[in-house]
This record gives sequence, C-alpha cells and structure tokens, in this order.
Amino acid sequence: MSTESVGWTPSEIAARPLVDRLHGWVTTVDHKRLGILYILYAIVFLVVGGIEATVMRIQLVRPHNDFVSPQVFNQMFTMHGTTMIFFVAMPIVFGFANYLVPLMIGARDMAFPRLNAFSFWLTAFGGLLLYFSFVGGYGLYGAGTAPDVGWFAYAPLTSKTFSRGHSTDFWTLSLLVAGIGSIGGAVNLTATILGLRCPGMTLGKMPLLVWLYLVMAGLVVLALGPLTAAQAMLMIDRYLGGHFFDTQAGGSAVVWMHFFWVFGHPEVYILVIPAFAFASEIIPVFSRKAIFGYPVMVAATVAIGFISMAVWAHHLFTIGMSAVANTFFVLSTMAIAVPTGIKIFNWLATMWGGKIHFRTPMLFCVAFLFQFLIAGLTGVMLASAPMDWQLGGSYFVVAHFHYVIVGGILFCLFAAFYYWFPKMSGRMYVERLGRLHFWLFVIGFHLTFDFMHIPGLLGMPRRIYTYEPGRGWDIWNLLVTVGVLFQVAGILVFVGNLLWSVLRGARAGSDPWDAWTLEWSTPSPPPEYNFATLPVVKSRRPLWDIKHPEDPDWRYEPGGGA
Amino acid sequence: MSATAAAPAAELRWELPSPGRVGMFTLIAAEAAIFVIFVVAYLFYLGKGISGPTPAILHAPVFISVCLFSSSATIHLAVVALRKGNVARFGLWWVLTFVLGAIFLGGTAREWNHLIRVEGLWIDTNLFGTTYYSLVGLHALHVTVGLLLLGAVALFTLFRAVRQEHAEDVDILSLYWHFVDAVWVVVFTVVYIIGR
Amino acid sequence: MSMAVAWAGPGHVFSPTDLFSPVSSPAQSVFELSVFVVAVALAIFVVVFSLITYAVVRFRHRGPDDGREPPQVYGSTQIELAWTIIPVIIVIVLFLSSARVIAAVQHPSMPVDAVKVTVIGHQFWWEYRYPGLNVVTANELHVPVSDPARPTPTLLTLLSADTDHSFWVPRLAGKTDLIPNFPNTMWVDPHQTGLYEGQCAQYCGTQHAKMLLRVYVDSREDFDRWIREQARPASPDAAVARGRRIFESTACINCHTVAGTAANGRFGPDLTHLMSRETIASGAARNTRENLRIWIENPDAIKPGSLMPPMQLERQDLEELTSYLVTLR
Repeated sequence: MSTESVGWTPSEIAARPLVDRLHGWVTTVDHKRLGILYILYAIVFLVVGGIEATVMRIQLVRPHNDFVSPQVFNQMFTMHGTTMIFFVAMPIVFGFANYLVPLMIGARDMAFPRLNAFSFWLTAFGGLLLYFSFVGGYGLYGAGTAPDVGWFAYAPLTSKTFSRGHSTDFWTLSLLVAGIGSIGGAVNLTATILGLRCPGMTLGKMPLLVWLYLVMAGLVVLALGPLTAAQAMLMIDRYLGGHFFDTQAGGSAVVWMHFFWVFGHPEVYILVIPAFAFASEIIPVFSRKAIFGYPVMVAATVAIGFISMAVWAHHLFTIGMSAVANTFFVLSTMAIAVPTGIKIFNWLATMWGGKIHFRTPMLFCVAFLFQFLIAGLTGVMLASAPMDWQLGGSYFVVAHFHYVIVGGILFCLFAAFYYWFPKMSGRMYVERLGRLHFWLFVIGFHLTFDFMHIPGLLGMPRRIYTYEPGRGWDIWNLLVTVGVLFQVAGILVFVGNLLWSVLRGARAGSDPWDAWTLEWSTPSPPPEYNFATLPVVKSRRPLWDIKHPEDPDWRYEPGGGA
Repeated sequence: MSATAAAPAAELRWELPSPGRVGMFTLIAAEAAIFVIFVVAYLFYLGKGISGPTPAILHAPVFISVCLFSSSATIHLAVVALRKGNVARFGLWWVLTFVLGAIFLGGTAREWNHLIRVEGLWIDTNLFGTTYYSLVGLHALHVTVGLLLLGAVALFTLFRAVRQEHAEDVDILSLYWHFVDAVWVVVFTVVYIIGR
Repeated sequence: MSMAVAWAGPGHVFSPTDLFSPVSSPAQSVFELSVFVVAVALAIFVVVFSLITYAVVRFRHRGPDDGREPPQVYGSTQIELAWTIIPVIIVIVLFLSSARVIAAVQHPSMPVDAVKVTVIGHQFWWEYRYPGLNVVTANELHVPVSDPARPTPTLLTLLSADTDHSFWVPRLAGKTDLIPNFPNTMWVDPHQTGLYEGQCAQYCGTQHAKMLLRVYVDSREDFDRWIREQARPASPDAAVARGRRIFESTACINCHTVAGTAANGRFGPDLTHLMSRETIASGAARNTRENLRIWIENPDAIKPGSLMPPMQLERQDLEELTSYLVTLR
C-alpha cells in the first residue's frame, strides 16, 4: 500500500509486525481490500482448476491412455467445472465489483461493509470445503472423496443409490454456502449502486460498468435462489428420505434439470456481463473516444438480463421435450443474440474513428471482440435445436462454452487486471511481459479451443475418460492438449509479472492511462476513505470535463449539467 | 486531485433511496426466488405420487392464518407508533405481533403432530409428504427467523434502547415480516385451496 | 417420410461417427439445416471480422501527432436501428428453418408396420427388446434397411433402468436421452446397410466412456433371419454340460438370462445369443474366448468400474464356463 497518501513515514510502516498486517487483511471491511482478497483467491483457484484441466488433457492426448483411472478423471471434470465457475469466475467478478463500484460512483465504501466481508469469507469457506473432499470424504470405491457427478450434478446420479459416500454432499454444501455469499454480494451491490451515488450521478450518468453490475446483481438475486432450492431438495432426498428426484416414487430427474438450468443459464450471464463491463470501460479509454451508444448499451444489457431468464431449456433440447417447447426455446435463445450483437457493434463503433493505443489491456479487449464473435456464432448454431441434437453433449459444446468463458470472459478479466493493477497496487506492471502473456495465451487458446470443435463434429461426446481409436479424434485431441502448454506458459508469465511488479514495479501515478472515470482521480492505491471530499459530477466522464473544460461532455449529454 | 470543479453541492437536490431499504427488498427478491421453486415443485408434483396419503387429509389452518395476517397489521401499527415517537405503544403492538407469530408456529406444530402421528405422513412417506413438509417447513423456518428478529427488538425495547430515530430501521425489518406474511398467502392458496 | 435422401455415399466423409455422412432422414435433415446455418454464420463472421480488422488497422495510433483527442461521437439512432433490424431478420429466418426441422423430426408419420424396439439404458450397457417379436438382446442393435421409396423405419422407445443416458449414433439421428420414469421416442430409417457406431452421450457414471453403440443395418432378409435366430432359446450342447451347470449354480443367473434354462436374471445383458455379437462389454472388447475369460475373471482389466463383479472361480471351472458360453450362438 502506498505510504505517501496517508502521511506515514517508512520507518513507522516497517515497525508494524507481519501478524498485525495480516490481521488487518483478515478483519478488513474495506471494499478495496476485500476486492483484492476475492481476486487473489480466484487466481489461486484458477491455477488449481488449470491443473485439473491439464490432467484431463494429458489423459485424452491419445486413445486408451492410462494416465489416470476413470474414477479420477470423472472427479477431474467435476471439480474443474465447479471450481472454475464458483471459485474462480464468481469471486473474480465480485472482486472487481467490490473494488471498483464505490470508487466509480464517488462513495466511500459499499453500503454494508460487514456484510461484504461476510460474503467473501462464506465464498472462501465454500471453496475450502469443496477441496476438503479430496482428503476428508470417504465412501465406496469410485464413489468416495471428491465429487464425480459433473458440475451440474444430474439426478438420479446424485441420489444415495448411485452416489454413495459423501462426495456429492461436498459439492452440494460447498455451493450452498458460496451461493449465500453471492446473494449477500448482490444485495450489497444493489444497495450501493442505488443508494450511494455521489451528487449529480443520476442513473443515466453512471459509468457503464456500474450499470452492467446492477443488471448482474439483479440476475444473481433471481438465479441463485433456484440453485439453493434445488440443492436443499437434493439434501432432503439424500438425508431425510425425500422423493423430489426419486423416479421410483413419482419424483422426476427432469425437474432437477429444469431447476438447475434456471440457475445455470443466467449464471453464465452473471459471469459475462461484468466482462462486457470491463470492455466498455477499457475500449473507450484506449480508443480515446467515448463509448458509442451509451443508452443503447444499457438497454441491450437490461434486455439480455431479462431474456437470459427465459432461455434455460436450450440445455435440455435432447431430453425429449415437446416440439412446442423446443421451438419456444430456440426462439428465445436466438433472440438473445440480437442485443448481444448490438453490443459488439457498439464497441466496434467506439474504436471507429479513434486513436487506438495497443497497450496490454487493449490487446486483450481486441482479442475478446474477435473471440466473442466466434463464440456467439457457435452459440447460434447450438441454439437451433435440431443442430443441438447432434452437437449437444459433445466436444462442440465444450469448445463453445470455453470460447465464451476463456476467450471472452477470461480475456476481459486479464484486460481488467492489467488496466486496474496500477490503481490497486500503486505500481505499473511490465508491459513487455504483459504482451508476452497475451501472445502466449492467444496461441494456446486458439490451439486448444479452435481445434476442440472438430472432435464434436466427428461425434465425440463430453465427459469421457478415454475414446476409441479409429474414429478420427486422435490428432485433434493431441493438438488441443498441446495448446495447454502455451496457456500454462502464459499464466506463469502473468503470475510472475504480478509478483515482480507488486514488489518492484515502477510507481504509477493516480491516472496512468489518461482515463475519465472517478477512480482515476484518487491516489494509487486509494486511501481507505477513497475521496477527501465526495465528488459532484455533471456528466458520464467527470475527468474528461476537468481535462477539457472548453468542451465538456455535459454539453452533449441529454439532461447535461446539473 | 479533486474530482470536479467545486460545484456547490448545496444547490443540488440529491435524494437517493435508503440503502437499507433497497437491501431488504433485494433480499426479499432472492428469498422469493427460492420459494417460487418450492411452489413450482409442489404444484408440478400434485397427483404424481404413487402411494400413501394425499392432500385430502389436510385441513386448512384458518385460525392461525388469520393470526399471521393480522400480525402484518399490528406490526404496521407498531412502526407508525414509533415514527410518532410513542415508544410504549410501539412496544405493545410489537409484542402483540410476536405473539400472533408464535401462535402461528404453535398451530403449525399442532398440525404437523396430527399429520405425523394420526395420518402417518412425514417427509419420507411419499412424494406428497416431501413436497408438503418442505414448502410449509421452509415458510415456518422463515417465521422462526422472523420471530428471533422480532424478539431481539423486543428485548432492546425492554432495555429502553429503541427510540424514535430507529423508526426507519424498524420499518425495514417489518418489510421482512410482511414478506413472510405474503408468502403465506401464496403457500396457503397453493397447499390448502388449489392442491386439495 | 418426405425427407429427400441425397447422401448415398458408400461411407463416411471424415470419421465413422461424423455429422457429415447421414444415412437416415433425421440425421439428413439436421445436416441440411446445419449447412444453411453455418453458411449464414460464416457470412456474418466474414463481415464483422473484416470490420473489426479494418478498425484495428486503420485507426491505430501511429507515432507522435497533434496530441488531440479524436472527435467524440456519442451515438447514432440510424446506425443502431440498422444493426438491430438486420440481426432480427436473420434470427427470424434461422428460427423458422429450425422450427421446420423440429416438426419434421418430432412429428413424423410412422407407418403402422414400423419395427419397434424398446431400448433400456443401464450402467453401462444397452438392452434391446423387440416387443411382439419375442427378441431380447444387448449392446448390438439390428434394424432393417429402409427404402426411401417405400420407407420401413424403426421406432425406438427409450427407457432407463438407473441413471440418465443418451442414444447417439450420429450417422442415423441426433441424440435423445434415456431418463428413468420419462419415456422418450426416436426413429431412424437408414437407407444403407452397414455398421454404424456411436456411444452414450449423457454422463451416467464411471464407465460412461465405454458404453458404446453398435447399430447393424441389415437387408430385409438378413434382418428377418436375425430375428428368427434371436427368438430361439439356447440349444443345449452336451459337450459343455459341466460348464452350463457351473453357470446355473453360481451367481451368474442372478444377473443374466439364457432363454430355455433356469437363468433369468435381468440386471445384466441377456446371454442367450452371446456369440452372435462381435463385441462384449458394450463394445469395450472384441468377443473372443480369451476376452470372455478375462471379463469373467477380472472385468476391471477391460472396463474398470463396470458393475460386473469378478467371479472368483477356480481355473478349471472358469475354462469350462467359458467353453459353455462360446456355444451360445
């Protein structure tokens, strides 16, 4: 933490013992520290989830491989998916929300700082509980220790009959706990955004990131409940003799599928909307232009939020729904492509006519644009139910959603990380290492996930620990695995850059990017109270107004000025 | 570096919703989402069980429902009293609310006692037992939490720690109680009217 | 049955399980739709990709300039309308094409003499019952070839004995799930004889990966002959009487059926005509005497985690039992 901003001399800082400083972090209710804790937590689990993926890719590098047993492989894909969604992606989007939202709206902290800390520690505990399953669970051969039922845990595979031992319970309980943490985070975000904006910052003058996080919080509020409910039902079945998913007593496996995906689909929008938020802040700054079509971007995101609650059964096209139901969900799923496409065009229009500076954050954002385009198009293919009857449940789907989550979300997360790292740490990262990370990761990402579509087109289903030779899948699986090496190298460079720069990076000023939102008006890192005096804003880009007093934004915005 | 030109904030009328109120509404929305799933499961599974007792054995608990619904009125009167500064009247209405809620819980306990011992219906008996006890039980759990919160405030009032300036906070808490009540409107309709 | 069958090639394009070599109407109609959808997606990709690339190259900040910010453009209603309306039209077109295929596949007109098979998914094998034809078999499905001029499709009813499974033979049809207490149906009308492969496509437990599918499309004569042979009970062979006694007096009969004997277990595959199949363990191994012996002695060597227990037999008994099983043609 920067010492100049609070006027302490280095000798006074050095005198504080390590235990004291750690205690400060553990008991903090400061949104900035909690944000950093969330992000660091997520990075640790990103590495863990990556190791699980690497194990799977080594096993699949050739047919009939015996690197791991089927039991271990099934645990790997379950843990990889569960970890990446709930203990990497969710914490990291909440981490950035925590750090940025109060600063961007000119507030001193979130609305409920203690609830904030509670939410973080619940999420953190959930992750630890899940991983305790590797050492603490027990049960019959192949059914003990870590969960192996897939990250969406279809019934009746999760019933006591087919999932003896406690592995499934670790999945259920860790997510129940983390889900409560997420709801707490969403409550906090909503109350903060609606109730703590600085004077002059009407809803129409909030940074786009804040708008998008408001929509995301709304989705969390509506979507986590169904997961919590379904998991409670599963526990009732497993421990109180309930029959919710007991197909022999009138219960239904299909009901679990619907309840899970009512959560599961909005969940991926909960993850991608913050990625859109980062792109919406970073692309304008590095194109030196205001975001094109702010009101349309807000409307499109709200539309995406609403429609995303009505598409869930496109995950269920193969379960035997009626033709009417299948047709409805084709329509709703394809419809969501319209506002999503609008966003891509608006980012493009923001770059158009600008002066683009290709620093590391912008490199990741441009790659995101290309990759998200492709991901959206394979999504449109899967949205067509008949095509999904062939492509669903295959490696084509796995390639599609990794294209969205890695090629879209993770790339935007890297962009956000490099963009706000100077603000959070007070130091600049090493630009050359950032570029190296970028190129290594782009090569690795495309090697792995471009070619991964092909086995799907050749009939390879997902979640198989091995495959038959003679089906033409071998070479593609090999290429997919080779890509992992480049991604691992990229991550190592990223982590190395992070560590080195935190300790020895060049000092960053408060506004290294010449940006326009309120967080750049504070020192880097900001003091605990954020702003000496709470700002008053007149436009969407308060710092642009200050830097360009002859041509302020509020002259052009509707309702401009006070 | 200051964020903006020194705009005279005093000239700006700046009123935002209270974070506490927004927070409580958000929490209520999240809880409502959980209840919706249990209600959907209950409705979908009606008639799908293959054996055992059916909803025909249920008797609508009218008296305790009236008590619970009335408690929304009493808690509202309590909040109004506290806003006017009348702590004593507030205390009276507040405790009455608690009592009505407790009657509701007691009545639920009686009903369950009858269902378990006489009708032989528990959560593992059949599909109806599972859906009934989960849905009504989830609501009863929320009533219990509500009573704990109401009880805590009652204790604070006893120790003269609750004053007129706490009216807004108490009002926000009462929103939770109204939510619990509204859920019972839905659950009562689904279980005892539609389902039977 | 009005789907035109255009793909009459002798084999697959890239792989025995690829999506580009349909031999049956459901797979054919999905393939035709996918060509159209992919063409539209490709067109969109080319346009947007080019625009992004152009922007990235043309508007790159090049070296020192006047240092001024570029003109700030906040939006344009016409442009927003344009790139809303065009995608809406594309969505409507793609939606209608998909809806057409959904109706054709899910509501076909089935002739009354279509062959009916009940498929029951198990952990980790497939049970096939032909109601009315008195045939029960496992793991290798036989269906008659269908002449497009006078179609003779096969209607599959999909059930499950335990967890969720999915029946996916890409050259015949898209996949449909097998869910306990939730019967599904699908149909195929392959116009070309041969062996078509696939596998279970819904994670069902430890050995999901080796729950392979083998569908034999036979000429009408071959199919009828196969049915007749499968409907017969096992014929006793005195030479292997001792092996048969071992089979009937150990736990084998708890799980397996051999028609015409005392064995009528239903947990595992029907073995009456075991040797009429080319593979065992649902495609996990070729059906040879040696593999059979290994399977009985140590199933984990072939399919670790399958529900077949190792039978703990004496060496001599194991040999005799295997000798009996290889007579079950």
